[in-house]
Amino acid sequence: MRKTLLESLTYGSLTEPAPAPDDQALAELAAKVDRAAQARLGRSLAIREVDAGSCNGCELEIHALSNAFYDIERFGLRFVASPRHADVLLVTGPVTKNMRQALERTYNATPDPKWVVAVGGCAIDGGIFRGSYACAGGVSETVPVDLHINGCPPSPTDLLKGLLALLEHVGAKR
Amino acid sequence: MGILDSIPHVNAVLSHRPWPRAVVGEAGWQAAIDRLVEGSLTLLGFWGETEAVHMAVLDGGSAEIAVVTYACTAGTFPSVASHHPPALRLERTIHDLFGLVPTLADDLRPDLRPWLDHDAWGKSYPLSGHNASRDTRPYQFLPAEGEGLHQVAVGPVHAGIIEPGHFRFTANGEHVVRLEQWFGYTHKGIESLMQGASLRAAAKLANRTSGDSAVAYAFAFARAAEAALDVEAPQRATWLRALMAELERLANHLGDIGAICNDASFALMHAQTGILRERCLRAANVAFGHRLMMDVIVPGGVTRDIAPDGVSALRALLAELRRVFPRLIELYDNTASLQDRTVTTGIVKADYARRFGAGGYVGRASGRNFDARRTLAYAPYDQLSFEVPVLDAGDVNARVWIRIREVEQSVELIGQILDRLRPGTLETALPPGNGRGAVEGMALAEAFRGDVLVWLRLDGALRVERCHLRDASWFQWPLLETAIEGNIIADFPLCNKSFNCSYSGADL
Repeated sequence: MRKTLLESLTYGSLTEPAPAPDDQALAELAAKVDRAAQARLGRSLAIREVDAGSCNGCELEIHALSNAFYDIERFGLRFVASPRHADVLLVTGPVTKNMRQALERTYNATPDPKWVVAVGGCAIDGGIFRGSYACAGGVSETVPVDLHINGCPPSPTDLLKGLLALLEHVGAKR
Repeated sequence: MGILDSIPHVNAVLSHRPWPRAVVGEAGWQAAIDRLVEGSLTLLGFWGETEAVHMAVLDGGSAEIAVVTYACTAGTFPSVASHHPPALRLERTIHDLFGLVPTLADDLRPDLRPWLDHDAWGKSYPLSGHNASRDTRPYQFLPAEGEGLHQVAVGPVHAGIIEPGHFRFTANGEHVVRLEQWFGYTHKGIESLMQGASLRAAAKLANRTSGDSAVAYAFAFARAAEAALDVEAPQRATWLRALMAELERLANHLGDIGAICNDASFALMHAQTGILRERCLRAANVAFGHRLMMDVIVPGGVTRDIAPDGVSALRALLAELRRVFPRLIELYDNTASLQDRTVTTGIVKADYARRFGAGGYVGRASGRNFDARRTLAYAPYDQLSFEVPVLDAGDVNARVWIRIREVEQSVELIGQILDRLRPGTLETALPPGNGRGAVEGMALAEAFRGDVLVWLRLDGALRVERCHLRDASWFQWPLLETAIEGNIIADFPLCNKSFNCSYSGADL
């Protein structure tokens, strides 16, 4: 174990430079983020992930954000275990009808100010599951969405760009 | 002697490939159930249509497979689950989707509680083709009675970044007396979306049945379609498919090994395997243009070749794994505090693994020697050399070790494939239509968590008439209920992670 630990210390960091925030995401946010919120949050956001019926592909890439290459916590972004601790809900999936109520309740359990980020093609408009008797459609048909991150699934870099745009916007208005 | 020789049947369906399918009457259906109960056959799949139910069965000794079909002329079929519990969730699903009713003699009532239907779809029996209403609420969990028992309800929204599902624990203090799962939260109606879809569109859906097994699903779907149409993918495509399948297995096993250790509070392993997993996904992205390699495998072959720099990226990955992974195995093996959590925790009895036909590391850690790559030897695994690790302990530790050994095997397999990859075409053109009416095909592929089964029927214009996808999780999830019994609630995340069953794959 010591060898592995020492090597990690001496080999230098795998963590990559931050990508530039996504311009399109910034533009989408500009209209939405509430000025009063930023003073309280600063550059720190607690994220609660909600799988609203995804195929689990998006979860794999959201997980990857915490590995050594992306190290999401260096930006003050961290995943929390309860919506009660969260500023941001990161929602994936085409919102299955069986998950709609749970998503609504999770949203209601999240204290204001809060943002909802819809992740993946399904979360935008149902994606390839659109039109099924079992899906409600995009996340925005169930709870208000502040930012969409597209992709099937979006890569960790795409996710980081979107989340950094959210953070920049929150920070800029302080 | 074939499976169907011992099961009285009315007639054989000729368009079903590569294994036989036969329509049976009540006697044949009962004979099949009897053979499942006595253990001479293993249930591989159980699914419905508007007016029929099908069972796929495996003879483990001869590796033979057959499908038996019971025509539900009165909208009913003799219950399988009441005799053979592994069929229970599938039987409840058939009732939920098609409204077909399992029956029992002597006024006994089969378990008709909803499984996928949470009374949220706005209609009952969505695939039955007729309107009927059903009273599904409130959901009744099975009772557990005794002094000092209390219930803990968990989910559908969990604490981690995982899929939604409900776990109802009955505990005495810290100790779990009973766990009952209730799923269906991620039910997207994939099988209904499949109906009428083109092969390409259906393949896309198959890729997204369980995202972590996108390649395995695409592989099984493509082979089922090719079996139905009696065409073969070109050699090079077959080898590339296996290359992607092994890369997917590597990435998932590495992620799992770290995540299991992390749930025992050993974060160092999680960090290290997280790096290796990311390197796998990056190599996959270089080689096939997508980190999870979605939509590359299609019926007829593969849509793209490996990128020119893909081979060197994969070779570099193998070199890195050979350098780093042995040290991580040593770390796992020599950390007593970690072993203290994983050894003897969450034991799956060998008898259950056999009866449920549990695939993947869940089955192989409990003595069930089945791996579709070996037992069914589908191409190109019939030409590759690899070992299938099997252990008997059945605990979390054994499931970790199966994964460790399979990582080593997959590294060797990828090496073999890269060495033997020959130039060639990538896709066999599919016929524009088959001109013969409906054709049926079935295939299994070994995903990282176990065998995936795909059964489909194509119409004359090659549109999907009916497609059923059966994840390995169907036969693993119920065993988690047995494995946690007598363990403490705090060890549930550890046990659960050591199974890492798919919610989406089983909810469909």
